[in-house]
Amino acid sequence: MQKFYFWALALLTAVMIIPACKDARDDEFAGFGSVEIEFENQAEGDALVFGKNYTNAAGESLQFSLFNYYISNVVLVNENGDRFVAPKDSCYFLCKHDDPDSRLIRINNVPAGNYTGLEFVLGVDSAKSVSPVTERLGVLDPATGASGHYWSWNAGYIFMKMEGNSPASANPDNKFQYHIGLFGGFNSPTLNNLKTMKLTVPAEAARVRQGKEAPHFHMVVDALEVFKSPNVLSIAANPAVHASPFSKNIADNYADMFTIDHVHNH
Amino acid sequence: MKYLSFFLLLALFACRDTQPPVEEPFQGPELPTNFPAPSYDLTLNPVTEAGFNLGKKIFYDRILSRDSTISCADCHISYSAFSHPDHPTSHGIDNLFGRRNAQAVQNMLWEKEFLWDGGVPNLDLVPLNAIQSPVEMDNTPAEVLHRLKQNAEYKAMFKAAFGTEEITTARFLQSLSQFMAMLVSANSPYDHYVRGESGGDLSAEALEGMALFKAKCASCHTTDLFTDHSFRNNGLLDDFSFDKGRYEVSQLPEDIGKFRVPSLRNIEATSPYMHHGNLKTLEEVLDHYASGVKDSPTLDPLLRQPDGTLGIPLTATEKARIISFLKTLTDEKFLRDARFAE
Ligand code: HEC
Ligand code: HEC
Repeated sequence: MQKFYFWALALLTAVMIIPACKDARDDEFAGFGSVEIEFENQAEGDALVFGKNYTNAAGESLQFSLFNYYISNVVLVNENGDRFVAPKDSCYFLCKHDDPDSRLIRINNVPAGNYTGLEFVLGVDSAKSVSPVTERLGVLDPATGASGHYWSWNAGYIFMKMEGNSPASANPDNKFQYHIGLFGGFNSPTLNNLKTMKLTVPAEAARVRQGKEAPHFHMVVDALEVFKSPNVLSIAANPAVHASPFSKNIADNYADMFTIDHVHNH
Repeated sequence: MKYLSFFLLLALFACRDTQPPVEEPFQGPELPTNFPAPSYDLTLNPVTEAGFNLGKKIFYDRILSRDSTISCADCHISYSAFSHPDHPTSHGIDNLFGRRNAQAVQNMLWEKEFLWDGGVPNLDLVPLNAIQSPVEMDNTPAEVLHRLKQNAEYKAMFKAAFGTEEITTARFLQSLSQFMAMLVSANSPYDHYVRGESGGDLSAEALEGMALFKAKCASCHTTDLFTDHSFRNNGLLDDFSFDKGRYEVSQLPEDIGKFRVPSLRNIEATSPYMHHGNLKTLEEVLDHYASGVKDSPTLDPLLRQPDGTLGIPLTATEKARIISFLKTLTDEKFLRDARFAE
């Protein structure tokens, strides 16, 4: 009888342990974690410094004084190709060069997994651009967070704002000014300067795990790319660009100013 | 017997006089049966009495402008259907003039895109334009909110309208929309006529004008809002370098010189006419269509006759009849509505 109890107990223990072991392995991909994306603005291969002299692709010397852009609709793609779409209520960011905190964005509630791809929109998507005022909060509030980044006469957000000066500019104080927006229009089509970035993690995947520190994407943003390709932008010829057909050329340029330099897993 | 009825009558009036005036319960915006369903989603911003009162106070408050000299109502005056009479283009802060004629603010619930070029797709966002425009109020929305927050009366009014004292961008804009939502004009003799109500007896001349209007004007000024909400070039100018209209929003070359077809309601009260306010009378408007249409690549095809002539053929009698019809769109009740005036 004693023996029977022993074996019964042993069996019971085994029955309890085996699934527990299996759980421990699956656990790795259970639950949710976060990712952090840092946007480091650069020029000529180094951290961008306002007021420093640079040369653009047209050979013009220039200095920057402002460089801001909206990042929205972040999507993470895991090694199996599954897509995690950041929820609408927490996927809008306004990255300002002179405010480093604004350039470090965090996406929470990401299912644990190994992420090899990152997608996002430069700008504010058309659905949000026409959304009710009650849904325009934080960086989208035209009076506060989006102040200076909202066109009230052509209702929409300014996706990218770059300002500075250059001897090549004939404008007062040699200023240049690029305010690029236009989301494609509400009832009838207009120019659409929204650009979706689809980037691949260079080496090791970003490992998102429950209860672990968030992997850190280090994104390099080449400010001079705005002047470079596919369209060489000359400050002398176009010292100020706002809502005009020409703005498309600049949007096509900023579409490839982002690269994931590396991902840091903790 | 004769005296009895006299005294009875007297007693009746006496009784009526002693009765306290009955407060009319607040009625939300009128949704006329001869209008389509509104484009504005009233469920997102239901109009309440407290919200309307708040919006009205803001509309008439000069602290919205940088130096507290100009209110919305200075350019949008109630007795002219909230347009700016005698001002071809807007007259704003520091006596600066804008490029465009201040539009009437009426039946906004049925409009889909705002301003002459349709630059703003939602009524709630329209006020930001005037507040920020350097030639209108030259202020920032943040500063306006800041000023309202300093004011105890506003705090109480926001609480009454939205439940708490918090003054947010959305609440500020929604209260203005609640005021503007109430500005419905649909009680002109024409409306009474189409709804078969009393007060709808139109003169024979006006009725003939209506038939002509339907044949010659209504393809753009579609009844009963008197606009099809589209953007068109009606041949006012042939050089649009000063104001390119819809193109400034769409950046599409085919939109140069196109402006939103305006409603013609209360047209008698909203002179001067057109986006630049360059026509003063309805006679000048009719002369424009009959013989003043200027050619340009985007001129509306409806204004090109098969024989190549431009404009809409109209005899002097036809013009007079159309004008007589246009005057049936004057809604005295709306223009003098005490709820909307300061
Ligand atoms: C200095 C004069 C001026 C002031 C002040 C002003 N407006 Fe206007 N308003 C205009 C002009 C001019 C237009 C047409 C602008 C355009 O098409 O670009 C306009 C257009 C509008 C429209 C659009 C109507 C339509 O049919 O599309 C609304 C609504 C409006 N204003 C509301 C307001 C409100 C609310 C305020 C106060 C916050 C205000 N306005 C202050 C001059 C003014
Ligand atoms: C092809 C479309 C079209 C037709 C047809 C047309 N209109 Fe217009 N109408 C417009 C447009 C567009 C405007 C505004 C133009 C601008 O401001 O540049 C306008 C403006 C007006 C205005 C000025 C309104 C205001 O508030 O300033 C009046 C009045 C008017 N039209 C009357 C008429 C009459 C009467 C007819 C028929 C004889 C007519 N229209 C035919 C498109 C049209």
